[in-house]
Amino acid sequence: MDDDWRPTASLENIRLRAALLAKSRQFFAARNVLEVETPLLSAATVSDPHLQSFSTCYNGPNLPPDTTLFLQTSPEAAMKRLLAAGSGSIYQLCKAFRDGESGARHNPEFTMLEWYRVGFDHFALMDEVEALVQLLLGIDRQFERSSYRAIFERHLGLDPHHASLGVLWQCAEAAGISGGLTKGELERDGWLDLLMSQLIEPQLGARTPVFIYDYPASQAALATIRPGAVPLAERFELYVTGVELANGYHELCDAGELQRRYERDRLLRLANGEAAPACNRRLQAALGAGLPASSGVALGFDRLVMLAARADSIDEVVVFPVARA
Amino acid sequence: MATYSTNEFRGGLKLMIDGDPCSIIENEFVKPGKGQAFCRVKLRNLKSGKVYERTYKSGESVEAADVMDTEMQFLYSDGEQWHFMEPSSFEQFAVSEAAMADTAKWLKGQETCLVTLWNGVPLSVAAPNFVELTVTDTDPGVRGDTSGGGGKPAKLETGAVVRVPLFVDIGELLKIDTRTGEYVSRVKS
Repeated sequence: MDDDWRPTASLENIRLRAALLAKSRQFFAARNVLEVETPLLSAATVSDPHLQSFSTCYNGPNLPPDTTLFLQTSPEAAMKRLLAAGSGSIYQLCKAFRDGESGARHNPEFTMLEWYRVGFDHFALMDEVEALVQLLLGIDRQFERSSYRAIFERHLGLDPHHASLGVLWQCAEAAGISGGLTKGELERDGWLDLLMSQLIEPQLGARTPVFIYDYPASQAALATIRPGAVPLAERFELYVTGVELANGYHELCDAGELQRRYERDRLLRLANGEAAPACNRRLQAALGAGLPASSGVALGFDRLVMLAARADSIDEVVVFPVARA
Repeated sequence: MATYSTNEFRGGLKLMIDGDPCSIIENEFVKPGKGQAFCRVKLRNLKSGKVYERTYKSGESVEAADVMDTEMQFLYSDGEQWHFMEPSSFEQFAVSEAAMADTAKWLKGQETCLVTLWNGVPLSVAAPNFVELTVTDTDPGVRGDTSGGGGKPAKLETGAVVRVPLFVDIGELLKIDTRTGEYVSRVKS
């Protein structure tokens, strides 16, 4: 008889998740960060070239028949609208949805802890992420910090901001991770993603968790870009024992720049033969009205539970992963 | 040309890689939060047995290999080739020594084996998980020793040599697990 009605997570890990959720809420309450809830269903969705949204249809009062609504890929847009409306620092524990993502560390529906700190730059926010993760995972040590460039130089001996596509490809070839891909199949950022995820990430934060910051401007998403000889995105990621755990930005507040980034994403998606969603006009209007200087971060809560439980697969900490949903 | 999307990848799926049929051993979905999604696949070349890794962009398609596992009855060996028959069509297939590999040493005739065909040509043969074979040579049995400790080599009627408990004697029928090559039990005849 099929036993796929059963949870894949042990009762022990279900309890562990509940305890970590409670501790997280205490952490933010003690720091006067307001818990909020925003809609999971939204009229607009993100334009990120590598995120695929789920969509569904609404039929009922207040909207035209068959209105398309998207399941959020993160609560970022809605939370920024709250910030622009004067909410002050806020956090949210919610579900996020990404089509096509299923594996040892991915489930298409997952739990995200996302928060915004008004007046913080990304370094101040890294301090707070560190305090929370130390508390939740019981780590005493101070976390390490390294720039994106320094980590590529240390592990691969190349400068990620200047290396040509050919050099990145050769590096992947030499490491034996490019079989199946042709040189022209990926853009520079695609090769950087492959090198990062296959050759660097597994070694990151093995003993001490590490923040990587100052990303290529082309990978800024909605982080502010610091001008310079090499413009850099004020974005950071936290890695713990080879697991990408959190992604944070010193937030972009410029509505004009938001529009330009949307346009760039749109063209990239069309070039890849994908549909480009409409611009999120309410987010656009919120930035136009004025987003306070702030930093925000999204933390994959299921991965945090995995780390706390020393689990190898997300299935061990999610009760009903997509194959049993 | 039949193809599989990376979304269909799973252990055991057969793909054509550089002109050779391969079987997926492991498939790993890799995706940096904001970055490109990849599938990292570990494959076994079904001709050479060699294992290698490939990376694909998630969502890409790869040519399928026309590889089929079919149950067939082993008929006989002429010394150079091993002959099998597909029981419903009575079609016969000759398998080379290279394709037989280690499987040959477990077969004496009549067994139902899993024959892997690539474009209709036998590529490999898997013996039944368990076979029953008679001991043709071993040191004399030690009566009463059922401890299972130690053990000794025994030659079976097909020529295969397995480790058996000390109490086993020449002429006895043994049950063997062909996947591990290990003795399971004596068979009462």
